Amino acid sequence: MRSRHANLGHEPVTVRARELKVWEALNLALDEAMAADEAVFILGEDVGLYGGSYRVTQGLYAKYGEWRVRDTPISENSFTGLGVGAALVGGRPIVEIMTVNFALLALDAIINMAAKLRYMSGGQFTVPLVVRMPGGVARQLAAQHSQRLEHTLLNVPGLRVVVPGTPQDSYWQLTQAIECDDPVIVLEHELLYNDSGPFDAEAEPLPLHAAAVRREGRDLTLIAWHRMVGVALEAAETLAGEGIEAEVIDLRSLRPLDLPVLVKSVEKTHHALVVEEDCRFAGAGAEIAASLHEAAFGALDAPVERVAGLDVPTPYNGLLEQASIPDAGAVVGTALRILTPRV
Amino acid sequence: MQRELARQFLYDMMLARQFEQAAADQYQQGNIAGFLHLYPGEEAVAVGSLRAADAGDYVVSTYREHVHAMVKGITPRAVMAELFGKATGCSGGYGGSMHLFDREKRFLGGYAIVGETFPVAIGVGYWLRMTGQNDVVYCFFGDGAANQGTFHESLNMAALWKLPVLFICENNHYQIGTEIHRHTAVPEIWRHTTPYGIPGKRVDGMDVAAVYDATRDALAFVRAGNGPMLLECDTYRYRGHSMADSGAYRSALEVQELMARDPVRTFRERALAEGWIRETEIADIEKQVQETVADAVQFAEQSPDPDDVRKDVYAEPFRLYGGSR
Repeated sequence: MRSRHANLGHEPVTVRARELKVWEALNLALDEAMAADEAVFILGEDVGLYGGSYRVTQGLYAKYGEWRVRDTPISENSFTGLGVGAALVGGRPIVEIMTVNFALLALDAIINMAAKLRYMSGGQFTVPLVVRMPGGVARQLAAQHSQRLEHTLLNVPGLRVVVPGTPQDSYWQLTQAIECDDPVIVLEHELLYNDSGPFDAEAEPLPLHAAAVRREGRDLTLIAWHRMVGVALEAAETLAGEGIEAEVIDLRSLRPLDLPVLVKSVEKTHHALVVEEDCRFAGAGAEIAASLHEAAFGALDAPVERVAGLDVPTPYNGLLEQASIPDAGAVVGTALRILTPRV
Repeated sequence: MQRELARQFLYDMMLARQFEQAAADQYQQGNIAGFLHLYPGEEAVAVGSLRAADAGDYVVSTYREHVHAMVKGITPRAVMAELFGKATGCSGGYGGSMHLFDREKRFLGGYAIVGETFPVAIGVGYWLRMTGQNDVVYCFFGDGAANQGTFHESLNMAALWKLPVLFICENNHYQIGTEIHRHTAVPEIWRHTTPYGIPGKRVDGMDVAAVYDATRDALAFVRAGNGPMLLECDTYRYRGHSMADSGAYRSALEVQELMARDPVRTFRERALAEGWIRETEIADIEKQVQETVADAVQFAEQSPDPDDVRKDVYAEPFRLYGGSR
């Protein structure tokens, strides 16, 4: 039956296309997981009738009904905590928080509860909870809508934090996160939802926490995630024109970190640069650089450096906003400096 | 009243009183560390409400939850061993006094951040309703928790979706050292449910039979699919908030007045007067309780410490090692 609501006319993504957009891949993963397991349900603001702020839950409300695709009041801490409670007794909830900025209101449920209940209960309970949240600097959304939360979530034992950036990874990693018995935070980037990319539903997935080498090179390792992978690839292209072959690694996961892949790369290139959208001070890049120094100091010809966001709240003005986050030019400039032999 | 039920109430409350006194002693001796929140004065609430539960009902409780845990079926040994931080404790020594868990008994934990029991309980209620199960989830909270956002957020969602949650307020009149008239504009907590259309009721929390009767009625209402209900139990704690608190903000007179309504003594007197129990049976209970508590302490003392600090942070191992793709 067609509803008077326009969004109910949309179907979930079903085409096994060779190309998908990121939001379509996420939608496909949700649809397949819900079809396969009745314990899987979704809750969040405007995930149902509206179809999700970024269309990720499109069509699922009509297909699975209001109990499995639940529109919630604006009560982030309590509906995220609702997910924790349901996960304790057999549910496999997927909480969508409209943006990471609002997740600050749900940190009690995420950090005090989800991350700790297995440990505090002596292993009696598991918390198979997925919390999805889009974030990052988008287009002039100003300081309260442009944050990254990696720094906070990385420091919490008990959480897994993944950062898919491609349609294929979005499909694989969301599927794996739903199957995982631990709480998994899936950070999505607002500017990547409409990116198209190759997609193969039958391909053998990479493990949930594996890093991926996106471009091979011998001179320098660029380490990035989310939208910064594109920035790093653009910089690598420019560097290639200068005769420098940069290797680009997409981390895909921040907790745990696939350190062996980074070490292997650095043993070849002897130089590494972290490209990070988040503010530089105490960001994820600091942990990555420190871990790499500890694990591969002997292989490094220079300190691991960071190209990162400025330590400022994100400004509204478009020119200032762009100046507050890294671009390919900044990556190239720092790469050239690192690789210039010191006299 | 059935004699058996009266005997059970008295046993539970006398055990609770004795157990908590032993916990205080063991804390003073250095065998229990951390924060220790004791229950004397409030026994009628846990005993009256949880003796009305079915085995399938879930409990989400606060950090003052030793007695809830024992009435729900966790043994005094397992609770005391947890207070000692031992491997034989109900949380393996990883949780402590504020974090008692038992999956089999459907005891979903003590939560030590005020206001956390609300979202956890509505999550359980959501799952029960979504899957068509007939169990109810108990959500315990104190008067101080009624001012957390999660209280109002969760009442709203529980009412909106008619979730099978029984909210039980243990109103002991103090959020640590701040008396209820100084922390809540409308100190009748049961009235806070009005804007959400949830029935709320106040009951004498020093009267175990009254709490039991009110809970049975409330459970019948909730189990019938009418949505949540809230019971406010008017009670009092004799000790400070925790062992670290002397309770100096209250007058000795106030404490004495409340002790005159002591739930254990008043019910014992009533049970004798009504002929529900005999003096000799009470003496037997007294002896049994002392032995049970002494056994729990001995068990905790003799139990081993847990030895794996990394255990159970995650349910599954990490799978790393990517590469070219």
